[in-house]
Amino acid sequence: MGQKDISVHGAHEVEKRQQSDEIFIRPAVDIFETEEGLTLVADLPGVDKEELKIDLDQGLLTVQANGKSLMNGDLIRREFLHGSFYRQFRLSDEIDSENIVAEMKNGVLTLLLPKSESARPRRIEIKTT
Amino acid sequence: MAMDILREMENLRREIDGAFKGFGTGAFLEPSFLPGVGLQRFPQVNLAQDKDNVYAEVLVPGVDAKDLELTVMRGTLTLSGERKDVTATEKTWLRRERGLGKFMRTIDLPGEIDADRVVARFENGVLLVTLPIQEQAKPRRISVKAS
Repeated sequence: MGQKDISVHGAHEVEKRQQSDEIFIRPAVDIFETEEGLTLVADLPGVDKEELKIDLDQGLLTVQANGKSLMNGDLIRREFLHGSFYRQFRLSDEIDSENIVAEMKNGVLTLLLPKSESARPRRIEIKTT
Repeated sequence: MAMDILREMENLRREIDGAFKGFGTGAFLEPSFLPGVGLQRFPQVNLAQDKDNVYAEVLVPGVDAKDLELTVMRGTLTLSGERKDVTATEKTWLRRERGLGKFMRTIDLPGEIDADRVVARFENGVLLVTLPIQEQAKPRRISVKAS
């Protein structure tokens, strides 16, 4: 399971964790594949477009966002915690990383990850003679 | 094979840390805001209060404001709506953690609410409701006079 990747990333992580005692939340995601590519849909309630960070570094896709509470008063009932959203995925070379499109609407992120030309299914015509 | 295109990084340490940080409230760290899946409540609600208002913060990502309905009756707040599917094209699912469908939830509020003055604001998939407490329901200080 990509042991190497975990340790490489771990180096960054240590640094970050020393700075803060933040809570990290893994956002729920839907991922589906079509002929054109992959679509990743993530629930990020309360996240503003400006606070969302999507990084792609050597095939490692990181979705990160800060969530904050806008509520006043003293908390009397808690069903969810506010924290930073964080989730990582490794993309294969089959994804055309130059043409990824991200859209944010109603607290939901939609990432379109197109397949590179060579990875797309191709219809082969059969000629009749 | 399909999953080779996209593989999730297993940030094991981060998650273990998270599990301990959330100790006691662990269940709320679940990533899901799923309607209709198992026993998960949807939408999730935080409530707060000060001397004038009760505040509700509701997580409804991916729900259009027009698909949300809010009712205040005496001491309860009822939320209903629907989270709709985005696309209908032919697709192969690789991961499906978000739920879809209709939901409804009723929450008990502390005290009587002045329903005419309730304000709801919808922002980035979060609904913020300000529910003013009725004048007569507010605590009153009674001064004690020494004779």
